[in-house]
Amino acid sequence: MLLIKCPWCGERAETEFSCGGEAGITRPANPDSLTDAEWADYLFMRKNPRGAHAELWNHSLGCRRWFGVERDTVTYRIAKTCKLSPGKTD
Amino acid sequence: MQPNRIDKGGRIDRSQPLRFRFNGRTYEGFAGDTLASALLANGVLLVGRSFKLHRPRGIVGAGAEEPNAIMQIGTGAEALPNRRATQVSLHDGLVARSTRGWPGLRFDVGAVNNLFSRVFAAGFYYKTFMYPQALWKYYERFIRRSAGFGKAPRKPDPDRYDHRNAHCDVLVAGAGPAGLMAALAAAKSGARVIIADDQPEFGGSLLASSQTIDNKAADEWLDDIVTELAQLDGVTMLNRSVVFGYHDHNFLTIAENRENHVRQRLWRVRARQVILAQGAFERPLVFCNNDRPGVMLASAVSTYINRYAVCPGKRAVVFTNNDSAYQAAIDLHGAGATVSAVVDSRMQGAGELAKAVEQAGIPVFHGHVVTDVTGQKRVSGVRIAKWNGDADSLVENTISIDCDLLAMSGGWNPAVHLHSQSGGKNVWDEELHCFVPGDAVQAEISVGAGIGQWSLSDCLRSGLEAGNEAAMRCDFATAEMVAPLANDAATQALQPLWRVPAAKDPDRCPKQFIDFQNDTSVTDIRLAVREGYRNVEHVKRYTALGFGTDQGKLGNINGMAVLAESLGEQIPAVGTTTFRPPYTPVSFGVCAGESIGDLYDPVRKTAIHEWHQSAGAAFENVGQWHRPWYFPRRGEDLHAAVARECLATRQSVGMLDASTLGKIDVQGKDAVEFLERIYTHNVGKMKNGRCAYGIMLGEDGMVMDDGVMARIGDNRFYLTTTTGGAANVMSWLESWLQTEWPELDVYLTSLTDHYSTIAVAGPNSRRLLQKVGCSIDLANEHFPFMTMQTAELAGVAVQLFRVSFSGELAFEVNVNSNYAQHMWQTLMDAGQEFDITPYGTETMHVLRAEKGFIIVGQDTDGSVTPVDLRMNWLLSRDKDFLGKRSLSRPDCLRDDRKQLVGLLPEDNKTVLPEGTQLIENPSATAPVPMCGHVSSSYMSACLGHPIALALVAGGHSRKDETIYASLADGSAIPVRIVSAVFYDQKNERQND
Repeated sequence: MLLIKCPWCGERAETEFSCGGEAGITRPANPDSLTDAEWADYLFMRKNPRGAHAELWNHSLGCRRWFGVERDTVTYRIAKTCKLSPGKTD
Repeated sequence: MQPNRIDKGGRIDRSQPLRFRFNGRTYEGFAGDTLASALLANGVLLVGRSFKLHRPRGIVGAGAEEPNAIMQIGTGAEALPNRRATQVSLHDGLVARSTRGWPGLRFDVGAVNNLFSRVFAAGFYYKTFMYPQALWKYYERFIRRSAGFGKAPRKPDPDRYDHRNAHCDVLVAGAGPAGLMAALAAAKSGARVIIADDQPEFGGSLLASSQTIDNKAADEWLDDIVTELAQLDGVTMLNRSVVFGYHDHNFLTIAENRENHVRQRLWRVRARQVILAQGAFERPLVFCNNDRPGVMLASAVSTYINRYAVCPGKRAVVFTNNDSAYQAAIDLHGAGATVSAVVDSRMQGAGELAKAVEQAGIPVFHGHVVTDVTGQKRVSGVRIAKWNGDADSLVENTISIDCDLLAMSGGWNPAVHLHSQSGGKNVWDEELHCFVPGDAVQAEISVGAGIGQWSLSDCLRSGLEAGNEAAMRCDFATAEMVAPLANDAATQALQPLWRVPAAKDPDRCPKQFIDFQNDTSVTDIRLAVREGYRNVEHVKRYTALGFGTDQGKLGNINGMAVLAESLGEQIPAVGTTTFRPPYTPVSFGVCAGESIGDLYDPVRKTAIHEWHQSAGAAFENVGQWHRPWYFPRRGEDLHAAVARECLATRQSVGMLDASTLGKIDVQGKDAVEFLERIYTHNVGKMKNGRCAYGIMLGEDGMVMDDGVMARIGDNRFYLTTTTGGAANVMSWLESWLQTEWPELDVYLTSLTDHYSTIAVAGPNSRRLLQKVGCSIDLANEHFPFMTMQTAELAGVAVQLFRVSFSGELAFEVNVNSNYAQHMWQTLMDAGQEFDITPYGTETMHVLRAEKGFIIVGQDTDGSVTPVDLRMNWLLSRDKDFLGKRSLSRPDCLRDDRKQLVGLLPEDNKTVLPEGTQLIENPSATAPVPMCGHVSSSYMSACLGHPIALALVAGGHSRKDETIYASLADGSAIPVRIVSAVFYDQKNERQND
């Protein structure tokens, strides 16, 4: 069971969190201007790397904050966790 | 009375005799015995039959590695199947049975398998019973009965189990010499230490040792260090506790056997550092008939003599390829047994212990091997022969020696299981001839015999060093300590011996067993190779090597060596199989802990639950909620009650506890902008006090949730969600706010439990609210459909919503949950005049289906778009919203998408089962293509006939067509496609 450092609450057990998959997927500003293929790429296509992977996690049974995790998909080592962006979420 | 008990010595308490039963006979042992040692003390050697061939089997080991002595412990609901007798502490009144052998151990019908053992070779079950497949059900019954380990109790386990979470600086797995030193060193530095060992007493090998440490007897030294550890702060000492799982990020699981009101406890430990000190398992030797009862591991013989004061035989032979087994010869001699011979396969001889053996007058045969064993249910003798070091040179049986015990040692296998579970690799050590832990992957240090240190001094020193290292890694300053010194004898190196030559060709000689529990022999592995198996994982599955409950703790390395030899490769090239948790079997009870029965899942009850209970409601589970399903009157079943509730609501007034609806308060200056992006309709155009039916789509365009939402103020909204979707919708909204649109000034608050919701529905609902006293004018022109107002109702502050999920004139009353039961009771009392009728979820479903209102998750399944539901009117053209772009993907524009329609069975009486498949042609031959399915189906009391909602391919353009519903009995009945709105199609009643 992973030990994950929530940027707000500190280290907690994996059971308090849920994984939101790949980080850095940005919703297109103007979906109507995209081709079907471009929209499908945003909608469905995700990286599945062997090694370092930038992910979004949610401290769903804790402070309910989303944050970034850099995790190795082979060793499960977590290189770092970070808040998403400055602003009101701090 | 205990024929094999030695008069003195051992760690048993002779003043505490204990009576126990084994296979129906009563025996006596002592406190401190295991079931195995007590059986051996009584001369009981035959304890089981083998899995496949039903050969008689005896106790081989003295610990977790035991493959044969698998017992059913206890009776009735408390019975524990599949326990190793070597790990069961004896207690007074213990009842044990062998788990295999029918009708009895000494005469086992299945033993005929042994006569045909050549037929029962590797892969026998695969080859024989797979075809014809239709007969498998008959084969299976036979195989299941003749195989298996014990019987699971039929009644619920009455015992308690619990879980405990713990954190520590250093977790030490194993409390032998290395583990104890590691724990002491770490604890003295100030680290919080948990040390766990599967035995009732700490000490490991020291419990049976005749060595000295710092000139003290081993057991004295042991008592001192255990006492010292117990007095240190921050040390948790867990005996009878096996560390069975090493998971990610230094999370480990320990199963603790307890003797008080909690039978077993699961420790879930997060450790900063882990020290693995689980020792090593002795390897058996592979020769003909090496499974006969009376063939034991040499170290187990020493353990029974020194720790339990039990001498398992009167005339013994020791067979070894290393020095350690000479200790067994010395111990046997000291216990009064005759040691007829030590047979040492090494040409060059042995170290210091051999001298002691020779001084005792025990003949030592260097360069010899045991080739065969005589005796069926008990060893009666061995044949030994000189060999030249080549396992394929046929030998003549030269000497026969009578004996009733053969103590064997093929060297030692470090217990690398937990290291492997942690993700570490195991590497072959060319000098030690065993697998040892490779580099640590997690924060872990392996020590002692677990890394191939066979001398006691080395174990003590490596334990001390590891304890200090772990403490330093946790930033503790280590204490000055000197490693103790033990009187280790000088040794000669082991010579590998993977397979002993036999008098006949290895494939025709008596069985040379590798895995006792699964009857895997040398022949089976060679056969697998001949049949083309190369990979160790495949050979393992084909031959069942290491598949038993012992997980190959004894046999795996010998098996891999024989495989490597057959493949003409080296052992490291063949590799080892992967070890997975659990290290030894754990009970389901301890995995479940207290999460059983009523505690399995939290139960949510509405604030009005007590009233429903006292009214005799039948309840149904909706997620974690317990909701009233219907309110039967005397003699009514579900159908009668629901018909009455429906009619009463449509004719006068009914009342539903709708408190389980998800409720979310949305505030902030960007609330409108946020909700515009979430909902499909034009949120900004809503005036304050207006309600709207809204749907949310996933980005894939599929309907995700629905509900009424209301604008309370310029920057404030109130959303309702489905009961089941409440938590998901909240998370969904939060995820967009936090990850994608952090610039929006919006705050979400769940009000689900804060407010209770009472739906008052029916033509008399307005009159009822007026009767209890309402602070606002409820007339249609002042309080029209799809609006909300705050008010006082019967003197209580409420939010009133003029919304309807029944199609009737209706109001939803949102009231602080503390007032909910009072409000409900007030309305019920006032409603007597109108024959007010409480109704449950079933009536709610019928009423909404009559109006064609969908339930997300019932009439949709994640593959349904709003267009499929004829909700085009809800889709704004003026803005973007989540999922909008997906609606123009080609797949969402297909004409033959499944679309929501109404169905009327043409016989006007059949209530179609929900889930019924719909077909075009009732006389088509299988496989018949399906064109849709029934999603909701009820008998409508108001309409007098059954109704159904269905998703039908291209259904919107198929009105009045007839298709067929395929019923479970194979028949198909015609159904007509109609509008999904069955009742009051002009919506006159709700707008009244």
